[in-house]
Amino acid sequence: MIQDFCQWLYDTAFAEMIRASGYAFPWFESVHVLAITLVLGSIAVVDLRLLGVASLGRPVKQLIREVLPITWVAFAVAVCTGGALFASNAVEYSRNFPFQMKMLLMLLAGINMLVFHFVTYRSVAQWNEGPAIPLPARLAGGLSIAMWVAIVAFGRWIGFTIGF
Amino acid sequence: MLSTIRTFGDWLASTDLSATIQNVSWIIPTVQTVHIVSVAVVIGAVFLVDLRILGVFAPTQSLAALSHRFLTWIWYALAVLFLTGAILIIGEPGRSLLNPAFFAKIIMIVVVAVLTYLVQRPLRSDAGYWDSSNSRRLTLKAIAVASLVLWSLVVFAGRWIAYVTPISV
Repeated sequence: MIQDFCQWLYDTAFAEMIRASGYAFPWFESVHVLAITLVLGSIAVVDLRLLGVASLGRPVKQLIREVLPITWVAFAVAVCTGGALFASNAVEYSRNFPFQMKMLLMLLAGINMLVFHFVTYRSVAQWNEGPAIPLPARLAGGLSIAMWVAIVAFGRWIGFTIGF
Repeated sequence: MLSTIRTFGDWLASTDLSATIQNVSWIIPTVQTVHIVSVAVVIGAVFLVDLRILGVFAPTQSLAALSHRFLTWIWYALAVLFLTGAILIIGEPGRSLLNPAFFAKIIMIVVVAVLTYLVQRPLRSDAGYWDSSNSRRLTLKAIAVASLVLWSLVVFAGRWIAYVTPISV
């Protein structure tokens, strides 16, 4: 079923346009890289705060409220441009090991975020200020930054395994 | 000038170091990954500060505090970028040294790094420097827009090195 969907995506006029144009793929890729660096750069600000490394003078709640909207906008751009890149060669990407790992890690990063948001974050009032952060929150920050760096690494690796 | 660069590139390509970078398959992807993660540090820091200047991000924190929190990081990241970039060039001098996208990237980095420094420096001794007159406030906003555009173009140019054909000399 996934293969049918990928084949359908590959056959769309949009995917055909990307393959036919010499410029569409590099431009989508350029914006994709910019968006991902902003996702990683901004989420790292929150993660390093949770790890007790940086922005310690800033209350956690306020920092999260300020930074995450920027992360989400960048993430939306990364998903749209990434979707366009994927469509151009969907079947091949879906079978590519680094691509599969990248998707798996994004799923895990999403689960990590949900657990943090709905479980760990409920007690934020007790550790909102200062450097003392409980272990589950530190763990969420450490896992997040590690997974996003790995997502960048697997993303770059895709480019060495699939020619456009 | 171009032929001098060409000669230098050919010499670089003939070194043992270049051969090692080429032949050990994990070096280039790994170094590129470190390079992109360092770009993320720069883009994250620069975007947050520029968006603060434009009134989108963290309006309750002073620019001086924000600049100290974020802009300090980019100079370390730029050092890592210079080093990893140098490794990539030594590995494949023909790909980048005579590449118009690479020229554009280097020129824009120099311009935007100077702009970033010009924003950051006066804040060290005078936290209210950019808020002391209307013309300074406007200048700062103009620099912030230029900085967002230029840093983005630096990332684009970096990716385009892979697609633009180097000048043949």
